[in-house]
Amino acid sequence: MLEDMNVDDIVGDYKEATLKLYNLHSRKIFYTETEVSYPEGKLIVSTTDTKGVITHANPIFVEMAGYTRDELIGHNHSILRHPDMPSVAFKDLWNTVNEGRKWEGIVKNLRKDGCYYWVKATVIPNVRNGEIVSYTSVRRKPSVSAVDESIKLYKTLT
Amino acid sequence: MPHMFTISPDFPPNSLAGWYIFNTWFQKNTGLNIHLNLYNSFEEQTIAIDNNKNDIVYVNPVDAVRLVRDKGFLPIARVKNRLDEVVIAVSEENPISMMCGLKPDLKLAMTANPDVNMISMMLLEAVDLNNSNVVKTTYDSYIIVVKNILKGEADAGLFLAKAYDDLSNVVKKQLKILLRSDVEELYHSLLIGPELADRQDEIQTLLVSMTDNPVGKGVLEALDFEGWLKIENEEMEFMIDLIDTLVPDTD
Repeated sequence: MLEDMNVDDIVGDYKEATLKLYNLHSRKIFYTETEVSYPEGKLIVSTTDTKGVITHANPIFVEMAGYTRDELIGHNHSILRHPDMPSVAFKDLWNTVNEGRKWEGIVKNLRKDGCYYWVKATVIPNVRNGEIVSYTSVRRKPSVSAVDESIKLYKTLT
Repeated sequence: MPHMFTISPDFPPNSLAGWYIFNTWFQKNTGLNIHLNLYNSFEEQTIAIDNNKNDIVYVNPVDAVRLVRDKGFLPIARVKNRLDEVVIAVSEENPISMMCGLKPDLKLAMTANPDVNMISMMLLEAVDLNNSNVVKTTYDSYIIVVKNILKGEADAGLFLAKAYDDLSNVVKKQLKILLRSDVEELYHSLLIGPELADRQDEIQTLLVSMTDNPVGKGVLEALDFEGWLKIENEEMEFMIDLIDTLVPDTD
């Protein structure tokens, strides 16, 4: 279960929202308008179990998310869910990977401090003996144009 | 029949002697009859691997994953503090000094190193460059890549970072790095074929302990290696999952 965000962790002016997380409960979050740029040359790598619980987080994932490793490992990947991301995007993600296919998309992630960062995410199911046992996700720096297109698109989706 | 041992064609030319020294040491310490079989290009090596010509290999992550999954190879070891990173470089005279200066119709010079090219293209996506709007030319070696950049035949070159670092200072002064990756997850691997499976533990122990004796240390120095680290099976599984995520669906 993901706990609500702590307002004491937020840096700067913030807004409040309650998100209905995909296949999970609701979570109160706080977010700001401050973007943290994705660093050039780095890849965020993580794995989750079949329920989306984080089992591996590389150092840049920890750094960009703003949480400690212990706060990420064992918690659902929805800990990064930003209110500007339409739920239909995550529905599409889960539908795609559960069918054994690769999913790619531009994602706005929410940090522990309320700031956000954009990534281009690729997620695949890890199949062993014909069964999906986990998921691997790699995130990289998205292009400015891809982010601009996504901002426009996501405003039209719910 | 000797066992055939090959190494990735992206090794620095100055380490060639080191690999022969390693092979001699390796034969002596395993009792195996091994022939070191070098290929001039990734294309030649890929064909040889596909035809089961080698049963001991030191290869890049993409080839390692293919060999483990498709050919039943087993992981042995990777080099300590040696990760596969990439460098994207242009001529020092090029007015572009940042990645965002790279524009469509970019002429890229590269080798056939699959992991370097895969990671580089992924990083170029951040400036809206992809296979549809760059012109890629593949050469047999990094030094030929450099020559084409300096002659103006290519706008930028894709390098294995280690290979770039091993270029002479004279050459590097004529180049400018736009981006050095910091992926920290990919590395070359030493693998053995399935017919040597019963030797996996022994070979792993042998390589990892090379730093424990003067002879082993000397061999490592000849290779410019700090030492070997054992690759656990689950590490290789992780690498397979990671490469599957990184490899584009279509090229």
